[in-house]
Amino acid sequence: MSGPNTNYDPVEVSALDPEQVEANVADALSAITAATSLEELKAARIAHAGEKSPLALANREIGALPPSAKAEAGKRVGQARGQVNKALATRQAELEAERDERILVEEAMDLTVRPDRRPFGHRHPLTLTAERMADVMVGMGWEIAEGPGVEAEWFNFDALNFDKDHPARQMQDTFFVDPADAGIVLRTHTSPGQARSLLERGAPLYVAVPGKTFRTDELDATHTPVFHQMEGLAIDEGLTMAHLKGTLDRLASELFGEGLKTRLRPAYFPFTEPSAEMDFQCFVCRGDDAECRTCGGTGWIEWGGCGMVNHNVLRACGIDPQRYQGFAFGMGVERSLMFRNHLADMREIIEGDVRFNAQFGMEI
Amino acid sequence: MRVPLDWLREYAEVPAGTTGTQVAADLVRVGLEEEGLHGGDVQGPLVVGRVLEVTPEKQKNGKTINWCQVDVGEANGTGEPQGIVCGAHNFGVGDLVPVILPGGVLPGNFEISARKTYGHVSAGMICSSLELGLGDDHDGIIVLTDWLGAGAEGLEPGQDAIPLLGLDRETVEVNVTPDRGYCFSLRGIAREYSHSTGAAYRDPALVRVVDGQEQPLTAPAATADGFGVELRDEAPLDGVQGCDRFVTRIVRGLDPQAPTPAWMATRLTEAGMRPISLAVDISNYVMLALGQPTHAYDLHKLAGPIVVRRARAGERLTTLDDVERALDPEDLLITDGGETVLGLAGVMGGASSEVSDTTTDVLIEAAHFDPRTVARTSRRHKLTSEASKRFERGVDHELAPQAAQLIVELMVEHGGGTADPAVTDAGQVSPPEPITFEVSMPTRYVGVDYPRERVVEVLETIGCTVTAGAEVTPAEATGADGTGSAGASDGILTVTPPSWRPDLTTPPDLVEEVARIDGYDQIPSVLPTAPGGRGLTHAQRVRRTVAAALAGQGLDEVLTYPFVGESRFDDLGLGADDHRRHAVRLANPLSDEAPLMRTELLQTLPDAVRRNLGRGAKDVALFEIDTVTLPDLARKAPVPGVGVKPDDAVLEEILAAVPHQPWHVAMVATGQAERAGWWGAGRATDVTDVVGWAHAVCDALGVSVERRQSEREPFHPGRCVELTLSDGTTIGWAGELHPKVVKALGVPDRTVAAELDLEVLIAASDRRAQGAPLSNHPPAGSDIALTVSRSVSFGDLLESVRAGAGELLESVRLFDVYRGDQIGDDQQSLAFHLTFRADDRTLTTEEVNAARDAAVARAARDHGAVQR
Ligand SMILES: [Zn+2]
Repeated sequence: MSGPNTNYDPVEVSALDPEQVEANVADALSAITAATSLEELKAARIAHAGEKSPLALANREIGALPPSAKAEAGKRVGQARGQVNKALATRQAELEAERDERILVEEAMDLTVRPDRRPFGHRHPLTLTAERMADVMVGMGWEIAEGPGVEAEWFNFDALNFDKDHPARQMQDTFFVDPADAGIVLRTHTSPGQARSLLERGAPLYVAVPGKTFRTDELDATHTPVFHQMEGLAIDEGLTMAHLKGTLDRLASELFGEGLKTRLRPAYFPFTEPSAEMDFQCFVCRGDDAECRTCGGTGWIEWGGCGMVNHNVLRACGIDPQRYQGFAFGMGVERSLMFRNHLADMREIIEGDVRFNAQFGMEI
Repeated sequence: MRVPLDWLREYAEVPAGTTGTQVAADLVRVGLEEEGLHGGDVQGPLVVGRVLEVTPEKQKNGKTINWCQVDVGEANGTGEPQGIVCGAHNFGVGDLVPVILPGGVLPGNFEISARKTYGHVSAGMICSSLELGLGDDHDGIIVLTDWLGAGAEGLEPGQDAIPLLGLDRETVEVNVTPDRGYCFSLRGIAREYSHSTGAAYRDPALVRVVDGQEQPLTAPAATADGFGVELRDEAPLDGVQGCDRFVTRIVRGLDPQAPTPAWMATRLTEAGMRPISLAVDISNYVMLALGQPTHAYDLHKLAGPIVVRRARAGERLTTLDDVERALDPEDLLITDGGETVLGLAGVMGGASSEVSDTTTDVLIEAAHFDPRTVARTSRRHKLTSEASKRFERGVDHELAPQAAQLIVELMVEHGGGTADPAVTDAGQVSPPEPITFEVSMPTRYVGVDYPRERVVEVLETIGCTVTAGAEVTPAEATGADGTGSAGASDGILTVTPPSWRPDLTTPPDLVEEVARIDGYDQIPSVLPTAPGGRGLTHAQRVRRTVAAALAGQGLDEVLTYPFVGESRFDDLGLGADDHRRHAVRLANPLSDEAPLMRTELLQTLPDAVRRNLGRGAKDVALFEIDTVTLPDLARKAPVPGVGVKPDDAVLEEILAAVPHQPWHVAMVATGQAERAGWWGAGRATDVTDVVGWAHAVCDALGVSVERRQSEREPFHPGRCVELTLSDGTTIGWAGELHPKVVKALGVPDRTVAAELDLEVLIAASDRRAQGAPLSNHPPAGSDIALTVSRSVSFGDLLESVRAGAGELLESVRLFDVYRGDQIGDDQQSLAFHLTFRADDRTLTTEEVNAARDAAVARAARDHGAVQR
């Protein structure tokens, strides 16, 4: 600490002069206001608030003042520096905000074109359709069963009351596993799932069996040697054809449109008696357009076959037909997909062209 | 079955003005599905025109058209000649031709109007048979004098040509289901039409209409001098006689040249059969009319008696289709005197005894054969005939004498023959079995309240004889539920089906009759209440999860046919004894190139990749989820027949013979994993992607996986990893395809693939995942770089690091590999990032360093690794 009044220099002390301090503050404020970038502001900070700025120098002079003058000078310089610092801080905030704004503008990216950087995958619409059909059945309290595509001939035919010599058995265009008397075929329908489920689980039983099926058809717009069906089977006490119709109506309604009905027409299948062909109401015209292209003007679209399970099927599976009765139905998954999602050509379903999948989302 | 409406009208009172469309709808309602409508789709004016002038005009395209003036009488309203452009050249001035005038409609809803063409206004069209739907000749127009022959005499221009050409005649084609053999006849169809509409029905087996007059069709009784027939079936199938009725009649003095009457030829044509000769045409006509196949023999070529017997070993027969056939002892034969084979019973005759254009005396056969015998012979010889089609579906066993009588009458009327009084009616048919039927069963089965009177009415309508009460004891009939026990005779009916309904054998058959005649449209819609299911199975959920995971990774799901050939195994580089070559073979594959069922999905999935590339795709990543077929021992499955549950041993044998068909998932990918674009560079799909996807599948199922560097076809020997469960069970393989495989398959270099056994993943994921509390303390990281011999696998070194780091280690990640100048040629430097965390405290630097040092020490001990 220096001694009192020694090296008191009136010239230097003039830095503490009120006018001088005021002038310094005015200089500082005008430099701060003039700064248009953070760099200029930094320069202004060094010049007017740095260690060598006039106000900093003035501050250092305070120590040399006589005690009587110290308080006043200290207060004056302190206020001046506070004023400058506050202005600096304000300007700093302003310029930073401006800079941040500018960066956001500069960084903008045009995202109006889809960036196809990573390929997008898709489920196959056919499996999605089969899953959706299964889900409707599950919603009704049914379970989903499965069976093998390469199947015992007995399950595919005899268990289903297809007698070896019955014309219906010949009409199935069956793939036989070599040797042809091996008793093994590629299942021609998902109906063997009926027999397998009944044998495994017994009655009462409510199961749907989706799966892959095979017939010796050449591929064309409406046929494929490998296709998919969903079989339904309900065996319980007191089930009637009315319950069959109720179940089909619900499934049609869930798949093709609220309130759509099904129609039964007399038919023949070895494993059901009575038997019926089932149509669903055309979801495009609902029967009101004789020129409708979807249904050919009939108002109905063929869907599959159904009926009350033949007693011989129940017996073959060890179920007492005097106690239990029930119904079965089967429909094509391809056909359901084609009508539901407006497809004209069966081949597109089986070719595996990714453009086909890409038309659909993961929910169809 | 084609049903000419005009013919139908003879047996059922079809209301005037009923269209083919309406008849088809009426038949659908009772179970005869429409297959097509023929005729009736031309709308006039279609008139007779006389060609007055033909002016050929050569066109710029080289074609010559004719500008014609045609006299159409008053049909055009003016009487002036009609100017028509015609491209055909098979007619000349003076010819009579069919002309459709503006306003007319041709088949296919093709409306005719006057139109400008070749510099003229052509006011109509001169028609070809194709345009009228009468044939397939498009080049020539119909010249009526040629087309109608004598029928063209006296035609006048302007006359309506629609009836002349039979275009007002409609034919409905229906599909006959295998149980309704009787509907392969107009007799059956008319009966069903009557059931559907209530129209009056006239049974053509009982009544003929001749010149507008009904007359009974009465067959004479058998006579002692009837042609000799012996039914000698010594090996009946299942105890059923191969032939239980054989009727013969003789007609003498036929004019072999007598023409088939035009009306009959028309009906045959409309029904889809070609007129041949009077004798053959009458036989076909009666078959179509009544449903009874018959056969005509040249009487003088027979020595007699006719013996019906099974074939003997080594016998042969040349059938009418000129095929010589080796006969099977199960085949039922018609023979002359027991030796000369005349034909395969109910299927096809032989050439030797056939009526010819010199035959004057014929023996007519009308017989009833066992459906099963006919079906087997037809199948064995791959020989389907109009006769076999009917016999195997069941022919009315009362029909034979009536059909023979109708043939005799027609031959007498149209062939100038004389009916011989000798009549044979051999054999003994068994009458239809009565069915004991609960009157409540239709209601119980169908869910519609059918009063007793309605049930009886319907059954009688279809021809059943119905009596109250049971022929057997009521207890047997009512079964366990005891329905109908009160006033048993009231609730029970005895129903005897008519002879033409051999398909009616069980109570549910009768239920169907009640339901269908009453109308399926009467059945209400009632949603049954299932007892409540358990939702999807674990396996079903797993397959969905895997598919969603892979689609989420950017792969597309596809379905490929499961058929492969051996050459594909070669393409994939499978060794000669690779078990994957052991595949289920089809006896009748669609293509001889692909007779096997795939044993891995990767055998067929590349086809879909190639197809996509062929269609211009560049970046292709596909997956398939399906079963593969793994044959085990070549066992045969018993086929024990219908209606009886096989005993447990047989059932076990059946189930065991079905090959194992596990679910797999496979992936194949080529092209860019990330595309280049305005955002920056792209990146090619490589083996790390496919190994990553395979892990994504396992991760999605919460299954932890271990890896083993592996060599396996079809993969690159240095770029293949086997994924296993922690117990070593193989999940599958992922890698880059071998360069040779890539070439053989025709897919791009560096194509990657994987195949996993979903059954393993399904089993491994079938447990409840357990959660643990998460630590709230901060992690601490530490990196180490270890130099080690290149013979040490990344995986092994990482496991040592993991094991050495101890319990505080949260995760370890290999983030860099260096091989180069700064270390030895046989060395590699691997950099790992270790993350440590404790459950109960913030780790100190000392703890972290100690754990890190322990990891390094363990790597040094296990593999000689040195920290760099
Ligand atoms: Zn429609």
